[in-house]
Amino acid sequence: MANDPNGNAAAKKLTAVSPITGAIVELPANVEVGELIDDPESGDELEVVSLDPITLQPAPQEEEDWGE
Amino acid sequence: MTTTPRIGVLCSLIRPEEKLLFEAFRARGVEFERIDDRSLVLDLKNRERKFDIILERCINHSRALHTLKYYNDLGTYTVNSFETAQICGDKLLTSLALAKAGIPIPDNYVAYTEESAIEAIERMGYPVVLKPAVGSWGRLLAKINDRDAAEAILEHKKILGSYHHSVYYIQKFMETGGRDIRAFVVGGECIAAIYRDSEHWITNTARGGKASKCELNADLKNICSRASSAVLGDVVAIDLFETDAGYLVNEVNYTMEFRNSITTTGVNIPQLVVDYVVQKGEQLIRERTESRKAA
Repeated sequence: MANDPNGNAAAKKLTAVSPITGAIVELPANVEVGELIDDPESGDELEVVSLDPITLQPAPQEEEDWGE
Repeated sequence: MTTTPRIGVLCSLIRPEEKLLFEAFRARGVEFERIDDRSLVLDLKNRERKFDIILERCINHSRALHTLKYYNDLGTYTVNSFETAQICGDKLLTSLALAKAGIPIPDNYVAYTEESAIEAIERMGYPVVLKPAVGSWGRLLAKINDRDAAEAILEHKKILGSYHHSVYYIQKFMETGGRDIRAFVVGGECIAAIYRDSEHWITNTARGGKASKCELNADLKNICSRASSAVLGDVVAIDLFETDAGYLVNEVNYTMEFRNSITTTGVNIPQLVVDYVVQKGEQLIRERTESRKAA
């Protein structure tokens, strides 16, 4: 694991590959299954469907009864 | 006898709101179980009560409605209840509940045919807003400025719309300068509010409306509390217009979105929601224990 300039072990970044664009998507350390993440290249919404291994898939399309 | 409530969170996709709520539960050291409506199989005949209280956070109104009814019939308290979801999920039912409680609302008419809708619109006077009775995020709203537009939109709805678009919910367009208020109510108390400003007449933040802090005052707190009570709400967001004659309640939302309102208001909305759910769950357990002792 790489060290930062202060000699602290840098936290390993969680990443996954976008199934839409192939871009590397950075994920928060506390990522949840079901969480919506934006594809950094296209802006498409992706859903985290698994944490081990971290897997993304295109998020479901908005349905007519979605909302508040 | 345990006093720790068994808490479920009914949801599917995890938006920023659900994530903040999960974090608030964990910060309190409170366990909860996620119930993903996409993998639910509800046995309508053989049922057992697994949760004391459920926080509903579905993205689909239809799934929320049916699942809340299922759990409420089992004796599980839900935030919000089936009745609240039913009322708030339908603008006609919401307006009726608010009007019945004597809460000021905009002029609203409902009609079922193109002809009667035109009559209602012209009786109200242009401009009006035509809304689907069931719908959210400002989808399929139409501001109608004249008879030509009214006839065109009504014909399109009849030919292209699904059956529930044949319930024409017609509201007088409110000249509020592209601004309305979204207030958050937890346990009957208005905890925070924002202004939503937009250059477009639709002010939903989901549609680009900009949020800014709205200071609470006694009138606003009072009308929000009464509106929450009118829809039997536990945790609701209330949309209001500010007019010269006072506040008018436009809509009440039962699975409220608040991602743009925490920093804006300085109020930790998810924490207050979680506090309410936990305290309500503990209260239910205490009441059940006391009623068993009394029996």
